[in-house]
Amino acid sequence: MRHLLTLVRHEIRLLLISPTVYIASVIFLILMGFIYWAILREMTLAPQDISANAQFFGLFWLPVFFLVPLLTMRSIAAEKSRSTLESLFSTPVPKFSIILSKYLSAYLLYITLWALTLYFPIITQSLFPETISNNNLVDPAGMLGGIIFIALSGLLFIAIGIFASSLTRSQLVAAMLCFTLLLIACIGSQQLEYATFNYLSPGSFLYGLIEYINIYSHLEDFSLGIIDTRPFVFYFSSAYLFLSLAVNNIESKL
Amino acid sequence: MEKPVSISVNNLSRKFGTHLAVKNISFEIQAGEIVGFLGPNGAGKSTTMRILGGLLSAHTGSATVCGLSVAEDSLAVKRKIGFMQENNPLPDELRVNEYLRLRAELKEVPQEDISTEVRRVMDLCDLFRTARRKIIGTLSKGFKQRVGIADALIGAPEVIIFDEPTIGLDPHQIQGIRKLIDSLRGKHTVLISSHVLSEIEKICDRVIILNNGHLVAMGTKAELKEAFITEHKLSVDLTGEVNALLEHWRSLKLDFEVLEEQNKGNDSYELILKLPAETLDIEPFINTVNPLNRLENCRIQGIHIIEPDLEAIFLAATTRSWDEVRLKEV
Repeated sequence: MRHLLTLVRHEIRLLLISPTVYIASVIFLILMGFIYWAILREMTLAPQDISANAQFFGLFWLPVFFLVPLLTMRSIAAEKSRSTLESLFSTPVPKFSIILSKYLSAYLLYITLWALTLYFPIITQSLFPETISNNNLVDPAGMLGGIIFIALSGLLFIAIGIFASSLTRSQLVAAMLCFTLLLIACIGSQQLEYATFNYLSPGSFLYGLIEYINIYSHLEDFSLGIIDTRPFVFYFSSAYLFLSLAVNNIESKL
Repeated sequence: MEKPVSISVNNLSRKFGTHLAVKNISFEIQAGEIVGFLGPNGAGKSTTMRILGGLLSAHTGSATVCGLSVAEDSLAVKRKIGFMQENNPLPDELRVNEYLRLRAELKEVPQEDISTEVRRVMDLCDLFRTARRKIIGTLSKGFKQRVGIADALIGAPEVIIFDEPTIGLDPHQIQGIRKLIDSLRGKHTVLISSHVLSEIEKICDRVIILNNGHLVAMGTKAELKEAFITEHKLSVDLTGEVNALLEHWRSLKLDFEVLEEQNKGNDSYELILKLPAETLDIEPFINTVNPLNRLENCRIQGIHIIEPDLEAIFLAATTRSWDEVRLKEV
């Protein structure tokens, strides 16, 4: 545990002095600000069934595809290419702690960036109190549900990024691998449900399984403020799986 | 009283794909010894060192460090070892003191002792005054090597492994690192690999020579000289006609081979002679070619025996092992 805290501090320091992280953060906040503004504009043009927060978090995949690769691509790949990972392995620190520290630091940054977007409705509400007083932009249940979904799904996404980074020495290849795996996780699970919707009976095991791994179905519940415990198991276990694969992959090369 | 064994390696082997990089090597190193690990490129030195450092696993055989099994108790072994890797990988973006503090924390130096310990190793490696606040990426090769050595010394580990610590350094820096490693004698067990054989010869108590994954020689310089140096070399300084002298010696039925003839100007020469392996005692030869035995047109100014250095022993040991491999193949 002592090693883990030391390493997390070190990894966060490395992330905070990395220009890539600042570029990713700025792009993320500009993009999310623009998306929020576009949602609000739509709401002013026509009445919407879905709240602004639900629409905003519904587009979670858009920043995930570039933010996660940028935050995780250097974590292991860069250390492998400079051989500094071996230098860490020469200390009495378990390999899983080393990988976990990289994971936790990237995850903390990911959550911090998303947490900053919670200010969007607060800022809007405070700037235009009269215009939107009835729309209730600051919807605590929806916002809490949305951020819990982001925090939960982030467990898996960052783990995918760390795993992709463990597969190669090239940061570019790691980013591309991460993007592809995220695409499969986000879009693939949704498309799989669409493709099998007409062929499977709702009560069957396979139907339940496909619905269980569909990330969008989790989002729907959370954005309504419904906290279901089943996705917790899915995201924690799948994140653990990818981290274990990353550790195994590194150990197999030693 | 015999010192306790610090490193013990038994029938260690390691494969990379189909290539057997280390083949059944066994050796022991006693506590406090400084042992040189020599071999041509690809001999298996770094692989063996990485196995001892817990960075690689062995396919067969066993290794213990301070009585702990490297395979079964890897983390405990790492607490006993300071390991400076080949090419000395360092994070370019950190400052020297930040990096050493991090390493001290990871090596479980007590929190209250970290500052003192980091200061101690920086003083030892002459980093405190000159480079403690410098970013590692901006340091010269010599300073980076010192940072790597300082890292290996953190926590005063019982065993220190240096894999090519002097690579890429100038003679002044090599001398500085030699003095530093020499100062560890008796306090730490040091295993050091280097291609600078003159340095190994000066600082090491014993030498282990690997070739093609095999352990081909092990012992003190004197022991290795006895085992591998079967021929004597003489240096003869003379003035006058070299050929006349050589003819004269041949007429005396002396058995020798001229390895080198160097013209030093002003009609003076230096001859390097090799005497055959059977010539166990070279005194009779020297007496026969005594400088007092003057010829008309040639005068011997001096004769001395060329003592074989570690390079000669290394070349003899590795050449013999290659010859043995060829013989087996035939």
